[in-house]
Amino acid sequence: MSYLIDRRLQGKNKSAVNRERFLRRYKGQIKDAVGRAIKGRSITDIENGEKVSIPVKDVNEPSFGHAHGGVWEVVNPGNQEYQKGDQIARPKGGGGSGRGKAGNSDQTSEDDFIFELSREEFMNYFFEDLELPNLVKTQLTATTDFKSQRAGYTVSGTPSNIHVLRSLRGALGRRIAVGGPSRKALAEAELELETLLLADVPLDDFRVVELKKKIHHLHTRLLAIPYIDPFDLRYSNRIKIPKPMTQAVMFCIMDVSGSMDEGRKDTAKRFFILLYLFLKRVYDKIEVVFIRHHTAAAEVDEHEFFHSRESGGTVVSSALNLLNKVIDERYGAGQWNSYVAQASDGDNWDNDSVLCRQLLVNTIMPKVQYYTYVEITDGPPQNLWEQYAQVPDLHQHFAMQKIVTPADIYPVFRELFKKQPK
Amino acid sequence: MNEMTKRPPHPRALPEQSEWTFELIEQAHEEIKRVAQGFGLDTYPNQLEIITAEQMMDAYTSVGMPVSYNHWSFGKHFLSTEKGYKRGQMGLAYEIVINSNPCIAYLMEENSLTMQALVIAHAAYGHNSFFKGNYLFRTWTDAEAIVDYMVFAKNYIAECEQRHGIDAVELLIDSCHAIQNYGVDRYKRPAKLSLAQEQARQKEREAYLQSQLNELWRTLPKRPEEEAVAQAPARFPPEPEENLLYFIEKYAPLLEPWQRELVRIVRKISQYFYPQRQTQVMNEGWATFWHYTILNQLYDEGVIGNGFMMEFLKSHTNVVYQPPVHSPYYNGINPYALGFAMMTDIRRICENPTAEDREWFPDIAGSDWKQTLQFAMRNFKDESFIAQYLSPRLIREFHFFAVLDDDRNEKLSVSAIHDEMGYRYVRQQLADQYNLGNREPNIQVWSVNTRDDRALTLRHTQFNRRPLNQQAHEVLKHVARLWGFDVHLDTVSPEGKLISTLECKREKRGRLA
Repeated sequence: MSYLIDRRLQGKNKSAVNRERFLRRYKGQIKDAVGRAIKGRSITDIENGEKVSIPVKDVNEPSFGHAHGGVWEVVNPGNQEYQKGDQIARPKGGGGSGRGKAGNSDQTSEDDFIFELSREEFMNYFFEDLELPNLVKTQLTATTDFKSQRAGYTVSGTPSNIHVLRSLRGALGRRIAVGGPSRKALAEAELELETLLLADVPLDDFRVVELKKKIHHLHTRLLAIPYIDPFDLRYSNRIKIPKPMTQAVMFCIMDVSGSMDEGRKDTAKRFFILLYLFLKRVYDKIEVVFIRHHTAAAEVDEHEFFHSRESGGTVVSSALNLLNKVIDERYGAGQWNSYVAQASDGDNWDNDSVLCRQLLVNTIMPKVQYYTYVEITDGPPQNLWEQYAQVPDLHQHFAMQKIVTPADIYPVFRELFKKQPK
Repeated sequence: MNEMTKRPPHPRALPEQSEWTFELIEQAHEEIKRVAQGFGLDTYPNQLEIITAEQMMDAYTSVGMPVSYNHWSFGKHFLSTEKGYKRGQMGLAYEIVINSNPCIAYLMEENSLTMQALVIAHAAYGHNSFFKGNYLFRTWTDAEAIVDYMVFAKNYIAECEQRHGIDAVELLIDSCHAIQNYGVDRYKRPAKLSLAQEQARQKEREAYLQSQLNELWRTLPKRPEEEAVAQAPARFPPEPEENLLYFIEKYAPLLEPWQRELVRIVRKISQYFYPQRQTQVMNEGWATFWHYTILNQLYDEGVIGNGFMMEFLKSHTNVVYQPPVHSPYYNGINPYALGFAMMTDIRRICENPTAEDREWFPDIAGSDWKQTLQFAMRNFKDESFIAQYLSPRLIREFHFFAVLDDDRNEKLSVSAIHDEMGYRYVRQQLADQYNLGNREPNIQVWSVNTRDDRALTLRHTQFNRRPLNQQAHEVLKHVARLWGFDVHLDTVSPEGKLISTLECKREKRGRLA
């Protein structure tokens, strides 16, 4: 007897528990590996899974075995030239031809243990590092364009929206409907009266009098039906629907003056990654523009953005000018949703900060959906901070926060993107 | 080729297509079964299961069992298998077959019809008949009970995790895994038990083992009359014990009953796989020989056509390829290649013996090949099978040669090659190479200090002066964790002279955490 069973639909993912046990056991190492991976990978690529490697000695399962040494006599296949008694030089570094491998368990290579984290797993580790409870709960509240669209008629609204034709048509219908029985009775009464009159019934006959009374009554009733009633009124309905803005551009502006060390750049990067992930959930298409500046600003690629060592003094306005120029040239208003994230340690050339504020308030803010400024510093606020602090009074879609340690990134992010009262 | 294509079509011929359907698998299976039975293969009933690649990875990484307990190391194997598979660096095993009754063989859904037929012939008739026939499997494994036992183990361990926490269970299993190759009774046969009996026995064991321990570790002073008898400090254990896990299960002073049961579970499973470790060449050789023979027979009958046969031969050839030692792909002797060659060679010796064969194998030259092969399959393990049946002709075909690597000599020396002088020597060397006793260090429980610090001493008797690997100290830590007190590992020469000693102090004498 034999059976053929289709098992394909059941018992999938049996190893999921074991896999999870493995990740649980090596949580520390994996977190480190994820940290390294974030440094090495680009912002736009962050949402894929990741190949993670941890040192093989950590995952090794030890067992008793033989090492090199003593006497090994091994039979191998494929002899080509040897004769009995031939002496062969010992191969260097163990292994290789002529050397048995059986039992030499110390000879396992020392490569790292490499495996793939799924996207979800990777994101978990990524966000865990940032102490992220739940990204999905936050919602983008930056201004989104709406367009107004007709959507039929409603029974309430403002007088200016009354739709006359529709309202009158409704009134006519109502009058017909409401007057129907009376009109029918009137027609009958008139016919009866006519018949009586044709039969020369005297005008003072009680039947004629009654009918005339009835006809008069019915006429009155019909006239009493209002020509137009509030019930008849119809208003044009217009609803706002979000304008399908499926593309966005994200500007990353970073101060690369001497004080922005690797750690601060890393913090900035994580912030940018978060922003990117966040926008990615709202928009189908998103472009990233990197602008770095010291005394002068330049648009660069991601690698140069984070790794170039060029630095100097700081003139923030150079970056804002460049930003403005790039928006005008390539991301014209109406076509793109522009987001700006600026990271700096806040140190700026004195007179420049005022200029920056003016640039923001007058030129840039009207063109962008949202502008965030993070100051990565553990020191007191600098003059740039003070100038920027005046911007939110004029433009609500401007937000700024201070980040001291990487652990602040997520809370700051939440603060910047929290749901704002309309 | 022309001649082949002219054959009249067989009434039950399988269609030349690569997609399988359930009907076609049934049909192929019927044909394979008919031919296999015609050759006299005696098997457990077959249960063929179609599974996905992912399920194959699941099965592949949890010791090839349909059910298994959870442990991170299976997850580790899964991750590395998955990575290799997804990147196309390796194919998955075509098949997994479980030594159970009924015998479960997995067919992967991605396989073509030809591959499914190959797997059915290989696993469901080759391996299956080996499991049922070979003496080691008959003695050491119980095909009726294994799946039930795995269910019991999984449930029991899950229950322990709930009661004692995943970490505590994981640590203990880690330690057991480290010495699972030393969890085998080589001379005692395990009793066959049903699941219900197993559970009932487990309760009894808990009580019994605990009571035994009290006797061994008792701290109350003995009564004078007892004292007189126990004057001379008795050695414990009276004889060295090769089954480390068994010894720990029985005598480790601080283990709780559930911990002893876990040790036992790892030991039982290890024991179940013990025959597989000793019959790799034979088992794979036997299965490969039969898939080859059965499919060729089907081809001769016309049940399968040319395209089918070409695809089959391609896979078959890949499986039995033996790269030479100087090839970059060389990774030891391919058990499929050696086993298949030997099985085929035995048939040849029976059917067409040469003068050399008559001299070397007077008993089997010219005999009935089916009976001879059955006898070989039933009564040997790799070591003795090679010692008995490896022919000079095969030694020549494989160009086998033996190399002596003695660390006292400056150079390696070729001790024998595939010539008249070398045949017997090469054959014996190769057989020894498959002797588990030589491959694994000989480590046994030597003594326990019952009077003082309860330290456990293990003894490694050196074989050919081979030292222990670097991991030995790590393993010792695991032993110490299980034992609960200090553990020593003495390395001695075959004459018993102490060469070196390793030590692992158990710092916290608390209970196993």
